[in-house]
Amino acid sequence: MEVVEYFDQFKGTETYIASEELKHAVNVAVALGRPLLLRGEPGTGKTLLAENLARALEMPLVRWHVKSTTKARDGLYIYDTVARLYDSRFGGDVNDIAKYIKLGPLGEALSAPSRVVLLIDEIDKADIEFPNDLLHELDAMRFKIDETGREVVAKERPVVVITSNNEKELPDAFLRRCVFHYIQFPDRELMAEIVKVHHPDITDRVLDNALEMFFSLRSTPKLRKKPSTSELIDWILALKKAGIDLAKVGHGIPFLGTLLKTEADVELVQKRAKA
Amino acid sequence: MLIDFLYELRAKKVPVSTHEWLALMEAMALGLHESSLDGFYHLCRTICVKDIALYDAYDEAFLAYFKDVHVSSLELTKQLQEWMLDPKMLEQLTAEQREMLKDLDLEGLRKKFEERLKQQKERHDGGNRWIGTGGTSPFGTNGRNPTGMRVGGGGGRSAMAVAGERLFKEYRKDIVLDVRQIDVALRNLRRLGREGAVEELDMDETIEQTGRNAGELEVVFRPPRRNRVKVLLLMDVGGSMDPHAELVSRMFTAASRSGRFAKFRSYYFHNCVYNSVYEDAAFRKPVQVADLLATSDRDEKLVVLGDALMHPAELLDPGGSMYLYSQNRASGIEWLRRLGHHFRSSAWLNPEPERFWSGTTIEVIASAIPMWPLTLDGLNHAVKYLVRGGEKPRVGDPSKWVKGISGY
Repeated sequence: MEVVEYFDQFKGTETYIASEELKHAVNVAVALGRPLLLRGEPGTGKTLLAENLARALEMPLVRWHVKSTTKARDGLYIYDTVARLYDSRFGGDVNDIAKYIKLGPLGEALSAPSRVVLLIDEIDKADIEFPNDLLHELDAMRFKIDETGREVVAKERPVVVITSNNEKELPDAFLRRCVFHYIQFPDRELMAEIVKVHHPDITDRVLDNALEMFFSLRSTPKLRKKPSTSELIDWILALKKAGIDLAKVGHGIPFLGTLLKTEADVELVQKRAKA
Repeated sequence: MLIDFLYELRAKKVPVSTHEWLALMEAMALGLHESSLDGFYHLCRTICVKDIALYDAYDEAFLAYFKDVHVSSLELTKQLQEWMLDPKMLEQLTAEQREMLKDLDLEGLRKKFEERLKQQKERHDGGNRWIGTGGTSPFGTNGRNPTGMRVGGGGGRSAMAVAGERLFKEYRKDIVLDVRQIDVALRNLRRLGREGAVEELDMDETIEQTGRNAGELEVVFRPPRRNRVKVLLLMDVGGSMDPHAELVSRMFTAASRSGRFAKFRSYYFHNCVYNSVYEDAAFRKPVQVADLLATSDRDEKLVVLGDALMHPAELLDPGGSMYLYSQNRASGIEWLRRLGHHFRSSAWLNPEPERFWSGTTIEVIASAIPMWPLTLDGLNHAVKYLVRGGEKPRVGDPSKWVKGISGY
């Protein structure tokens, strides 16, 4: 029953505004001790959530950024054979294999002395079997280092946060074990709150104007990449630095390049503005 | 009981497993649903539904199952109270609390709430009596009382309202996702070769070189093995292909995954390939087929997805294109033959069931580009052919009904 203690622990932080649903999903995952799988448009703060969760729960954060070449075993440990070979050449003592075993992020999280938050970022970047290869370790929270026979067992189940950009389908067996949340793009109200956190001195009038332009830009049909939260925040910063008052800008959007990242999109928006 | 909701979900094709259902029960035993229907809506969705495409089906099931509860949401709460009275929970409660639990029926609770509201004069946080936040009083929000009443705050809108809006309708795909099946079949479409940066330790070569070096260590690295297959995918869209659109999109999803092939390009056409194919399914960005052939390696694998069904004139006559503005000088079949000749191996996958092939333009096209039905079996055969070559499948004899076809 001690798990209940953790429930409702995450309420967002000063710099991270989470929707009610997201907070609930996080708390369920923490209480059940299951990995939390987060999906959503890029720029909705999936990765940031893990950082802020670690801060709110006052636990260290271990990050694992998955790449297309990442293998599941890399997360547990890497046996540096080359270093051992080189050492043997100079007659060093190479009998202790443990010296050449380096723990990966998952291995580190499992061997940590206290409970940690483990972020597995962009799991869909790796091979399609990658999540399946992790099933056992995430379930049992233990693994064995074959070379030394040492078994690493987690003292306390890490809080696991997994993010995915929907590039690939994830296997069913993996999904069954996760708690799932889809981060929706913030609506205007939530977005206003988020902006205020990053620009506390912003006036309501400026914020209104900026949001108006931002959301109308997002609703432009056929945009290849819609601008996201982080881009909005950067854009407002740029406006502030340049001292531009949006209310006085006639046509067009200043610093369009901070919001749109492809040439085709910029062209499209400029064409529509003229029409 | 709730178990019916599980079957309601499964009937709506939300693949909830026993595993997840048990997790939900565990979560409810821990009180994670906050004794409310709203809480339950989010809790159940978080644990049981893993794809946003299924959110709409979940909303549907939720509406269907809880629509009566909506009117008098008390019934569910009562059910949950029974959960709460589970002895495991009681062990943790003090005698006092247990006493309290007993007299907390909803009527009494509401009455007490009204009474207390009258007495209370100010905001209250923490504590166990007043209406406020973060306490163990039965009234308030964000607190912890197993049988309490939630007063405002927190969730905002009710689950029934959220479910009723069916916000996730547009994410719905309504397909039993077989992308993975196609994925597994496509995995065989590869020719591995070592290319790119040297980053893998070549153990055999290291030992060999070290031996030659009289024991002086010589570490040899090599590039990892990568798929070298290049794929050109042409897809027929619109018209008679509409019923197969989902199958085609699944195939496309599986084939276009990043990093699967050394090179992957896809184009659209309508009905038959003539002078040009298109980058987009709306046919706005044409690409000349002649240009496409000029820039394509003969080793690329050509895969065509289409039903190959059309009026014979559209296939066999010059100027047979349906579009007046794009009159083709060479006939459709001529263009297909050019494609078939250019690429060393090509395959046409046809979603139309094989039994309808005979006596149609399908037979003619199959004589230009080897054809298989778009089934798992057909796909596996096509992949085998693309990788290793071998017998082309024999599809009918079009010369029987089309003059001038024999010889191809």
